[in-house]
Amino acid sequence: MAVKVKIPVPLQRLTQGKEEVEGAAGTIISLVNDLDQQYPGLAERISENGKLRRFVNIYVNEEDVRFMKNEETEVKDGDEISIVPAIAGGM
Amino acid sequence: MDFSEEQLMRYSRHIILPEVGGKGQKKISNAKVLMIGAGGLGCPVGYYLAAAGVGTIGIVDNDEVELSNLQRQIAHSMNTLGVNKADSAKKTFEALNTDVNVIAIKERINSENILDLMKDYDIVVDGTDNFPTRYLINDACVMLNKPLVSGAILRFEGQVTTIIPGQGHCYRCLFEEPPPAGLVPSCQEAGVLGVLPGVIGALQATEVLKLIIGKGKPLMNQLLIYDALGVDFRKVKVPKNRDCPVCGENPTITNLTDLPEEYCSI
Repeated sequence: MAVKVKIPVPLQRLTQGKEEVEGAAGTIISLVNDLDQQYPGLAERISENGKLRRFVNIYVNEEDVRFMKNEETEVKDGDEISIVPAIAGGM
Repeated sequence: MDFSEEQLMRYSRHIILPEVGGKGQKKISNAKVLMIGAGGLGCPVGYYLAAAGVGTIGIVDNDEVELSNLQRQIAHSMNTLGVNKADSAKKTFEALNTDVNVIAIKERINSENILDLMKDYDIVVDGTDNFPTRYLINDACVMLNKPLVSGAILRFEGQVTTIIPGQGHCYRCLFEEPPPAGLVPSCQEAGVLGVLPGVIGALQATEVLKLIIGKGKPLMNQLLIYDALGVDFRKVKVPKNRDCPVCGENPTITNLTDLPEEYCSI
């Protein structure tokens, strides 16, 4: 079993259209790097110099990692991760 | 005021609901809702609020109806091409329900006029298409203590959240900063499924009506994410951030400012 990661629509171009991908357990930042190995370019869209970008949130199950240990938050097999960027469209 | 026979008939499916009743319908009739944007989201929100009998609906929009809007902006039509969107929507909503006082405000919202525009309303609905305005609306609602029902759409995905200042999170607690220009595409660049704002706008209208009648649980401290392709509704938790620059313990944003224009091209 691995960690399930929900990919938001704007980033699905990098995951060959997949809305859910799998990654290795560990810290959030190691997971981001693992995903970047599989889907190059993903890490750059959601992080910068090892820090999560401030307009992209990552949730472990339903919890925002910013209110846990941020990039160092541990994720384990079976956890559901959601990557959620700010979007602004309305018109 | 008491409801007329005609109004009792018009709102009978509301009044029959124990959660609404005559009392709730009266609250709806007395409510004043300000919608910012009469586009993809504003059209369905306003349509349902007008149908529900919301007494006063203010609509702020400075744009004119274009042919490319009609794929999703259901309050406009071929008859209002080139007409200001607030005026066009007013016409549609008044044709649906003459009980509703629709106020068309043909202005572009900015840090100078926003507090004045909002002050007479009970609830604000965000249906704008750019980050600077979203952050401005959020900050103004926090400062004026006005509930804000925020919705956003892109391609096949939508987000909804309800901000109740003083009680729950605000938009800056959710996303600390807007993305830099160019990193997140706009609907114009990226496209949007025409029905998507219908789904998200209907959810926003539902939140507004719940706030008015004071029933149910608002989407406070939560973000609802809808993925149309995967038919997936997800809710994530949005705690109030103690360090939030606008609603936190030591706010650093105490005046409204307009973000640089370049953000508008996102």
